[in-house]
Amino acid sequence: MLEELALIVLLVGLTAYAVLGGADFGAGFWDLVAGGPQRGARMRGFIHSAMGPVWEANHVWLIFVLVMAWTCFPNAFGPLMQTLYVPLFLAAVGIIFRGSAYALRGEAATISEARSLGALFALSSILTPFFFGCAIGAIASGQVPADGDPSRPFDAWTGPTSILIGVLAVATGAYNAAVFLAADARRAGLEDLAEAFRRRALAAAVVAGAIALGGLAVINSDAPELFDGLTSGLGLLAVLASALAGLATIALVARGSFEPARYTSAVAVGAIVAGWALAQRPDILPGELTLDDAAAGEPTLIFVLVGVVFALAIILPSLFVLFRMKLQGRLGEEAAPIAGTTTEEGGAR
Amino acid sequence: MLDGIASLLSPVVAQADTASQAYLLEARQMQALSLGVHIPLVCFGISFPAIVLFVEGLWLRTGNPVYKQLAKRWSKVMLILFAIGVVTGTILSFELGLLWPNFMERWGEVFGFAFALEGVAFFVEAIFIAIYVYGWDRLPPRLHLLSGLPIVIAGIVGSSMVIAVNGWMNTPQGFELDAQGNVTDVDPVGALLNRNLWHEEVHMYVAGFIVVGALVGAVYSVAWLRGRRDHYHRAGLIVPLAVLALAAPAQVVIGDWAARTVAETQPVKLAAFEGLHETTEGADLTIGGVYVDGKVYGGISIPDLLSLLAFHDPNATVQGLDSVPAEDRPPVGWVRNCFQIMVGIGTLLALLGLWFIYVRWRHGRLPQTKWFYRAVIAAGPLALVALICGWIVTEVGRQPWIVYELMRVEEAVTGAEGIPVGYATLVVVYIGLATIALVMLRRLARKPPEAETAAGAGDIKVLP
Ligand code: HDD
Ligand code: HEM
Ligand code: HEM
Repeated sequence: MLEELALIVLLVGLTAYAVLGGADFGAGFWDLVAGGPQRGARMRGFIHSAMGPVWEANHVWLIFVLVMAWTCFPNAFGPLMQTLYVPLFLAAVGIIFRGSAYALRGEAATISEARSLGALFALSSILTPFFFGCAIGAIASGQVPADGDPSRPFDAWTGPTSILIGVLAVATGAYNAAVFLAADARRAGLEDLAEAFRRRALAAAVVAGAIALGGLAVINSDAPELFDGLTSGLGLLAVLASALAGLATIALVARGSFEPARYTSAVAVGAIVAGWALAQRPDILPGELTLDDAAAGEPTLIFVLVGVVFALAIILPSLFVLFRMKLQGRLGEEAAPIAGTTTEEGGAR
Repeated sequence: MLDGIASLLSPVVAQADTASQAYLLEARQMQALSLGVHIPLVCFGISFPAIVLFVEGLWLRTGNPVYKQLAKRWSKVMLILFAIGVVTGTILSFELGLLWPNFMERWGEVFGFAFALEGVAFFVEAIFIAIYVYGWDRLPPRLHLLSGLPIVIAGIVGSSMVIAVNGWMNTPQGFELDAQGNVTDVDPVGALLNRNLWHEEVHMYVAGFIVVGALVGAVYSVAWLRGRRDHYHRAGLIVPLAVLALAAPAQVVIGDWAARTVAETQPVKLAAFEGLHETTEGADLTIGGVYVDGKVYGGISIPDLLSLLAFHDPNATVQGLDSVPAEDRPPVGWVRNCFQIMVGIGTLLALLGLWFIYVRWRHGRLPQTKWFYRAVIAAGPLALVALICGWIVTEVGRQPWIVYELMRVEEAVTGAEGIPVGYATLVVVYIGLATIALVMLRRLARKPPEAETAAGAGDIKVLP
């Protein structure tokens, strides 16, 4: 019971990171494909200003997930890190690049500086979720043995299911980002950008949906047990809920109601994460280690869960204030084009 | 500096000579490198918010716009360093698992609670730092000041929790081991409130103020010597100097407390501090000198002082390195030399602080001689050196244990083959990161401060 509760908390954190952190990464994707320095300048500037105040808060969800994992499920965390060290290390390096390029780009003085930092930022925005996705795919397809196996540094996470989830992580991130940015642009009164992101959101939705559907075939052949779990019982229910929420989001975006679309798209991600957990129940490392065997002792679980309740009592109101202030436009810089025309100093401002 | 630390540490590991796992050496260097990058940054996370808030408070009290300019400028630096602190801290979180999976697997449930609280604290810090820095001129002044308070508190809580884990590695408690050596009866709070927590936390917290005071003071001393002595630069100089002057003398007392606690909890580590081979009654203390291959060259030896300092009794028996088998001893050379460097620098910084206090108190002004400012410029990097040396003392002094007397590092390390590649990658990444960060901070420093009008009135922004 305690184990399940801890897992739920962990998965809620994972969902929050997938949605909020994923959308941050997705924004990097749109930065990358925003077009040449002239054409893309306004969009880049807007992306930068829209994310400025919140990216760190979004990022902390990752720390939350890591800490929950090693504290509550140490016996799964050890083998996991030992087996999947390559993609996880690469994702971590991606986070360094992304975080620092992002933090520093505001100070870049010349176009070329801003552009190379921007390229680093955008590239790592794509690679990081991809590697995280691959790692999750490797867990779900049963590639992680209970006692860890560092001898397959590349094979463990490059199977079809892993690559599929990696690509899907990038696509859903891009999609969520487009929805969020459209909503932000509308609020800022930038209707043309809102429209641009609306079109991008729809395109990304089609792509992500196609990958997900086609992916089921891949999972069926590569990881039949996962497939069975996802297509029967509670797992199926979660998948259907996710699909429904996804369709609802598309409909809302198409109509231009971006605000509710934020929430339905979060539900779609959360449902698929839940579906994954349900599909491999009662294992945490499929076929290798059950949730109960992986879990820490009772006192630890109790303390962490009680701690989480108190923590949420502090964090949620604070987050609420932050997002509210951001939504009211009370935080942040004006959106200025990035890497537009050169002035001697302010090219990047 | 960064790769310097790495190469600095390679002989440590060679000396330790316990590598049974293929890449123990590289794993330890990687861990040390990442910590060496993260720690100087988090000094700013620990102390800078309080300093910035203090300056903003001065603005609210006096209405002098110079203070606002200064607080605003510093808060931007704070945000940049926070962002880099976040990414380097994230690397560390991954590294704990990537490099030491067996350590995390076996003990994660014991000390994990502290990390959970740390996560909460940094969450709060990340949220309010955004509100604070992006909220300048958008929030009413008092509310703005108030929005900075959670950053200060979260910085203290967050760093205490990490230190709690480190203290626990040095004085493990809060669990039982059954006959097979499995961890049972975990008491997460008992583990968190371990014996080394208190002195380590206070010592590190004060170190945060020393490092920031000395570094910021050094930057403004350069400006001072170049003749920039307007009110803005004057305030930018006095505030960090006052911080340094208060913190550095206190650190000597706190350091003494740390040493006395270590004498009780980790006697072998204390013996390594002093290079004391045999268990001795009325042990002497050798100040200064260099320790090479089991001998101290140079230095002044004072009879009975070690016993006096460690146990407040000149005849007390101090346990020597010979009390444990050779394979259980830390690499003494590193520990002792780094300890001497830290204490030496700590003493110099304390004297510098007292000089500043004396001149202010007797003459009510800043010291006039250029040598004072040159000394402050040297103090910046020296404080960093003391910080890193202190951590080497603590961490290398704990060797060969990852959990003191319970788990050896070679039992904890991963079997992954890719460690050297990862290590090389990180070195390159960190060098790049440091270069970019320095360039950007320099650029920020060159921009003229934003023009501010008197308190409360609307602002005229100078667009860069
Ligand atoms: C600016 C930095 C700084 C300065 C000036 C000093 N220290 Fe320090 N020292 C540290 C920064 C530091 C630290 C933050 O790096 C450490 C590492 C672990 C810790 O708790 O603090 C440390 C550890 C540390 C330890 C080991 C604690 C342990 O292993 O648990 C001792 C015994 C001392 N110090 C003693 C001193 C003395 C006697 C000093 C005085 C002159 C001194 N330190 C100045
Ligand atoms: C193994 C050691 C360590 C780990 C795993 C670690 C982990 C982390 C992580 C994950 C973050 C980012 C939090 C965020 O996303 O907001 C962080 C930031 C921070 N860490 Fe560490 N840390 C370690 C050592 C330390 C130490 C020894 C201290 C200081 C006493 C410290 C103090 C801080 C502070 C104050 C921050 C906030 C960021 C800043 O202000 O720059 N950390 N750390
Ligand atoms: C804050 C500054 C810290 C510094 C500068 C530091 C420094 C070091 C150094 C130099 C080593 C290498 C020791 C050797 O190879 O002989 C090391 C090892 C290690 N440290 Fe620390 N440490 C710090 C804090 C922490 C904290 C807070 C934790 C845990 C939460 C931690 C966990 C470890 C681990 C797991 C190792 C590897 C195992 C070992 O070699 O003992 N360190 N650290």
